[in-house]
Amino acid sequence: MKRKNWYLTIGTVLTACMLAFTALGLFWTPCVPSAMDAAARNAPPSAAHLFGCDAYGRDVLSRTLEGAGSTLTIALAVLAVGAACGLAVGALCGYYGGPADALIMRLCDAAAAFPSVLLALVVLAITGPGKYNVIGALGVLFIPSFARLVRGEFLKYRDRDFVKSARLMGVRDMRIIFVHILPNTWPTLLSGLTIGFNNAVLAEASMSYLGIGVRPTEPSLGYMLKDAQGTLFTLPWCTVFPAAAVVLLILGVGLVGEGIRERMGAAE
Amino acid sequence: MAEPMVRISHLNSWYGRGRNRKQVLRDVSLELAPGEALGVVGESGSGKSTLAKCVLGMVTDITGTLEVRSPRPQMVFQDPYGSLNPVKTVGWILEEPLRASGVRDRAERRRRVLDFLPLVGLEEEHLARKPAQLSGGQRQRVAIAAALIQGGRLIVLDEPVSALDVTLQAQILRLLAGLREKLGLSYLFISHDLAVVYQLCTRVAVMTEGGIVEEGDVDQIYDHPRHPYTKKLLAASLALD
Ligand SMILES: Nc1ncnc2c1ncn2[C@@H]1O[C@H](COP(=O)(O)OP(=O)(O)OP(=O)(O)O)[C@@H](O)[C@H]1O
Ligand SMILES: [Mg+2]
Repeated sequence: MKRKNWYLTIGTVLTACMLAFTALGLFWTPCVPSAMDAAARNAPPSAAHLFGCDAYGRDVLSRTLEGAGSTLTIALAVLAVGAACGLAVGALCGYYGGPADALIMRLCDAAAAFPSVLLALVVLAITGPGKYNVIGALGVLFIPSFARLVRGEFLKYRDRDFVKSARLMGVRDMRIIFVHILPNTWPTLLSGLTIGFNNAVLAEASMSYLGIGVRPTEPSLGYMLKDAQGTLFTLPWCTVFPAAAVVLLILGVGLVGEGIRERMGAAE
Repeated sequence: MAEPMVRISHLNSWYGRGRNRKQVLRDVSLELAPGEALGVVGESGSGKSTLAKCVLGMVTDITGTLEVRSPRPQMVFQDPYGSLNPVKTVGWILEEPLRASGVRDRAERRRRVLDFLPLVGLEEEHLARKPAQLSGGQRQRVAIAAALIQGGRLIVLDEPVSALDVTLQAQILRLLAGLREKLGLSYLFISHDLAVVYQLCTRVAVMTEGGIVEEGDVDQIYDHPRHPYTKKLLAASLALD
């Protein structure tokens, strides 16, 4: 009686398509993304320029491909920083508990009380724009939410009989944490990672849109949208295609996350 | 007489701290000889599991004397769903105690696991399965094997058959009795079921409100209970049958 998990199916297909699109952009673009072709200024979509050209005569498809690659890389890097640190903090806090845990969770609460994009804005206002600054600022700001998620899972498992039994056998704490408990938390963490990924994509796009994310010379979907906002009605393709790339990427990953949650719910 | 496997005298134990600190065990004294199976019976909340945890060093807020002679005493839990790691295979679960006691060689661990399987009535084909793919009785066999494979002589069993139906109970009890004889194990067997204790144990201690009110050979206690609480417990158990 296995019901088809449509979220997971559609989400996986969509995510795979967007990843393929992005991966393509890392190796190949139809034109040089920054090349300005005076003859093709304001050109609407055509066989020569599938997504049209912008006011400087730059090929929108090439720029979207490149921007998607960069946005995705930044989001993944943010996730790697946030998830790795959050995992370590959350696992130790959840497993050991005690006053250190209470203190760290208070700090996480305090950090979570501010919208993370706003905090990132402040950090970037100090450090200046740039890809690595964005990754650093967002990555650090993502730690508390992951830490909280992981801690909750570890709290759930640390008093289970199989953990007590491992302790009695003399298994070391680090092994209990990472080999015995962690694999049990994968479904929850994965679903958390999909949410984190989407937040990272959005945060990077918004910050670049606001002009404090990547530098103007670095590609980013958010920065393309900022560039195109003056010509939204005259050159809609400059906005529609990068925006669609952001939306489809987020939608795909979001559906995967929803699908994982549905499957977990079904398993329980 | 040989030195006891477990010697407890005047043991008190507490849970919680500060204002919430609550005494559970009150002046408990017990001895468990090597090769003996001692049943601990009593109503829910009387402190049976707490006594088990003390013996295993899982409760540390205690006073009195507590001597345990077996290295690495192990526990068999009531619920074989919770005591086996759901994401691991049976093979991994049985090898892990060996890994923890320093058996580095994979082939050696594998061999020792395979040697152990017939003792608990499991087959090689079970090794590749996850706990969810086993029956309740098979899971409890895996839990028992995991508790024994390190070679510890003292096993604490906290209601190990309460979650199983009656035919399975009988099977597992027979298995436990056979293992005790073959491997020379000592059992501290916790149960609220007097009939189960009668089948497996040689001696029994009766607990209520954190203290032991009566203790002796099974036959003696069952036939000639002295303490009113024991009489009540026996009467209640007979009424059930
Ligand atoms: N971790 C704990 N923290 C605080 N109190 C506890 C804890 N574990 C048990 N208690 C309390 O200690 C008392 C004895 O509990 P224990 O689990 O030893 O009873 P038991 O005899 O095993 O009961 P049961 O037959 O229901 O398993 C109970 O009042 C219980 O509420
Ligand atoms: Mg109990």
